[in-house]
Amino acid sequence: MMKHPVLFNRRRFFATGAAGAAGLVLGGCDRLSAAPTFRDFLTRAEGLSQRVQRALLGRGALAREYLVADISETFRANGSQGAENLPPGYIELAQRGFASWQLQVDGLVMKQVTFSIADLRALPARTQITRHDCVEGWSCIGSWTGPQLSTILDRVGLRPEARFIVFRCADELPRYVGGANPFYESLDLIDAFHPQTILAYDMNGAQLPLAHGAPLRLRVERQLGYKMAKFLTRIEVVDRLDHIGGGHGGTWEDNGYEWYAGI
Amino acid sequence: MPDCFIVSPSIDTVSAGDVASTRKQQGWIYRYSTLVRVSHWVNVLCLAILLMSGLQIFNAHPALYWGEDSDFERPVLSIYTAFTAEGRPIGMTSILGRSFDTTGVLGRSELNGRPVQRAFPGWITIPSVQDLATGRVWHFFFAWLFVVNGVGYLSYSIVSRRFARDLLPHREQWKHVGGAIRDHLTPRLHRGMNAADYNLIQRLSYLVVILALAPLVVLSGLTMSPAVDAAAPWLLDAFGGRQSARTMHFITTWLLTLFVFVHVVMVLVSGFLNNIRSMITGWYAIESERRLP
Repeated sequence: MMKHPVLFNRRRFFATGAAGAAGLVLGGCDRLSAAPTFRDFLTRAEGLSQRVQRALLGRGALAREYLVADISETFRANGSQGAENLPPGYIELAQRGFASWQLQVDGLVMKQVTFSIADLRALPARTQITRHDCVEGWSCIGSWTGPQLSTILDRVGLRPEARFIVFRCADELPRYVGGANPFYESLDLIDAFHPQTILAYDMNGAQLPLAHGAPLRLRVERQLGYKMAKFLTRIEVVDRLDHIGGGHGGTWEDNGYEWYAGI
Repeated sequence: MPDCFIVSPSIDTVSAGDVASTRKQQGWIYRYSTLVRVSHWVNVLCLAILLMSGLQIFNAHPALYWGEDSDFERPVLSIYTAFTAEGRPIGMTSILGRSFDTTGVLGRSELNGRPVQRAFPGWITIPSVQDLATGRVWHFFFAWLFVVNGVGYLSYSIVSRRFARDLLPHREQWKHVGGAIRDHLTPRLHRGMNAADYNLIQRLSYLVVILALAPLVVLSGLTMSPAVDAAAPWLLDAFGGRQSARTMHFITTWLLTLFVFVHVVMVLVSGFLNNIRSMITGWYAIESERRLP
């Protein structure tokens, strides 16, 4: 008879303790997430993932390529898809078939070159049916056609100090409409010269739809979808990334996502 | 108890030989070595953070599919917010085409006193607000720690032969399978010397967790990485595609969580203080055999 109240008190003690600990842990995690030094500490794992994955991959390992029958019925478009994320005049440019659109390739190059969509279509092209993995968790399979990025980089010639390829885009986060902060993204030379890294102008055998980044988007098949910049306008070859945008190598990276998106 | 042995001089008791022999006389056994205790608590931290940051990541696209790609019309499981005829938002969970109202927990819950439309509620995600990028940072750091810790523990256990001695069921135990199951179904717990040795059911549960669930959760997680898939395409075939791997990752996570839940219940009912003390200090008190009150 005497034991029961004690037992209940003990149970209550542990239950209250557990709930309190959980609350502390959760609140603590939120505070830690917001602390830059702690976050920097956790992001060291990104460098480890990158080094280990690169060591396992080798430069040439290819992402799996699928059959026409495997192509997804619906290929979800994410991020910028239309007028609300594009500068004034872009829809008209699209309606005129991107006739006046140009891709400028500059920076640490031997010679600056400007490509029209017709110039790009005249280059040797690669078609690949690959799986697009979104950072959110979903995947879609699609067919992509366009010149390898290496073809373009060989055409302009890289200077010896070149380390990164920066992709400048026409699209903007909605709150920046006005053109102040267009999207950008970057790759190092390992992924830039990978055979499956292409600049796609066709998707599933037809011209790239606007929602998927017309007229030209990047495909980097060993990384997540957010690396694959859409609505390309310019490719810039640089030696470092810290002086561009927020300094993390891309718009998503400036918003907390990893620069190396192999995982 | 992977490291149960009657006290003998060990790394942990180098200069404490006298204390150890005194304790032995008083009915104590040195149950867990330092390495096992440290790896146990590191594992507790990892599993808790991996679950909570993993649910944060899941919330970014709260639907699961089978196969290589996502058939958005036919998810295996999805959690979403729906609206009643009167326009009232409710949380819904749909599993294999059957839908359930899960308002309050899944699909619609409260965060800081305000209703939010998200799959898993804020009290079980890290961070508590929707923030995929930060959830990933937590998840991958502790995923590395989980793997390093697990590989360290397993290699130590195998090399020190404790794995074979404490976790592999021995022949005697197989002879009494029926008794072991019966024993387990009746609420009678051993506290004496019997408690110092893992029974058949315990051994099998730990083996399933260590040799099946833990490797599965790591491999299915890795199969979601496009780079790992390029390096090891056989992983895609093993799981039946990236989306199947994601579904397996989710299922394995909850099986591990179920294990932790049962484990904690057993720890509580079979002498909480003695158990928790042995996992903190290594020392476990052997009581004379008696029925629980």
